[in-house]
Amino acid sequence: MKRLIVPTLASVFGAALLALLVYGVTHQSPSRTLDEAVQSGHYRLAPEAKRALPALTGGYGAPLAAYTGKVVLLNFWASWCAPCEQEAPLLERAQRVLEHHDATVLGVAYKDITSDSLAFVHRYHLTYPTLRDATGDFAQAYGTDQLPESFVINRSGKVVAISRGEVDQPFIEAAIKLAEHAS
Amino acid sequence: MRPRPRKRALSLAATLALVLLALAGAGGAIAASAPRTSPVVPRTTLPAVESQVMCVTCKIPLTVAESPQANRERVYIQQLIDRGETLPEIKRALVFQYTNAVLALPPSHGFDLGVYLVPAAVVLVLLATVAVLLPRWRRGARAAQAARTAEEIPPPSLDTADAARLQADMARFD
Repeated sequence: MKRLIVPTLASVFGAALLALLVYGVTHQSPSRTLDEAVQSGHYRLAPEAKRALPALTGGYGAPLAAYTGKVVLLNFWASWCAPCEQEAPLLERAQRVLEHHDATVLGVAYKDITSDSLAFVHRYHLTYPTLRDATGDFAQAYGTDQLPESFVINRSGKVVAISRGEVDQPFIEAAIKLAEHAS
Repeated sequence: MRPRPRKRALSLAATLALVLLALAGAGGAIAASAPRTSPVVPRTTLPAVESQVMCVTCKIPLTVAESPQANRERVYIQQLIDRGETLPEIKRALVFQYTNAVLALPPSHGFDLGVYLVPAAVVLVLLATVAVLLPRWRRGARAAQAARTAEEIPPPSLDTADAARLQADMARFD
């Protein structure tokens, strides 16, 4: 019995270190679960929907769950990201259409300095709500590891389309069509 | 009686000169009484801050990071330095913007404490393992040495008859 103590302790310690390593690796690498679900057509509920993020203008914004029943074009961006600047006018134009169909663009500023984000919003006259993801945890739940990235969430709160990179007109039109179709 | 034009021009010039002198005096007095803004003295440097923070998107130290976000972070830090903020104040401002993830060395409380405890625990466990196994290994080595020594004990010497027979046998081969 006494002989088993050291090997047992060593095994437990080794297993704990291995678990820590696995946790670190899985925590760092972006998840592509949502992409696979969209490709297969078995849509999944938007992650972290109940999480309230700080609003860019202060206080806390409504969580995604509060948008259930609406189509949401969730867009991750940052003021230092050049492609985000390119797509900002496109998203604002989309917002003008979406807001008439019980739908909205929802911006999430990713690891950005608040004053820079606000300057960006003013520069591109963005009217849609924008939240702050200072930790990057919310974006990580969507497998976001580059900017910009956008997700179309249907009225049931499920992710139905993903754009990993700058959005294009067909992606925007698909979101608008989804909003128009269901309104 | 109307003054002559030349005399009138001279009087106008003198009045203007007096007004200008008065204005210059007043300007000087205002300037003297205005609060002086002393130039902000930087209390830290960009490399000093860079060495203690991370590029939050590339997850590497800011000193070696080259990305649009890292550059933006540097500009923000420089703005704070130019405002005369100290290193701890700048770090607090960065934590407010980016959370603790921006710090190269995380704070020593909560879950982040693991960063310091895990390596210490690894070293302790390794030392304990050595402390337990080394005496065992030395005991085993001593026992093996003792066994080898026992094997090397020379066989008992031959009696006179056997020795004579052995000598005779050996002599046949010469």
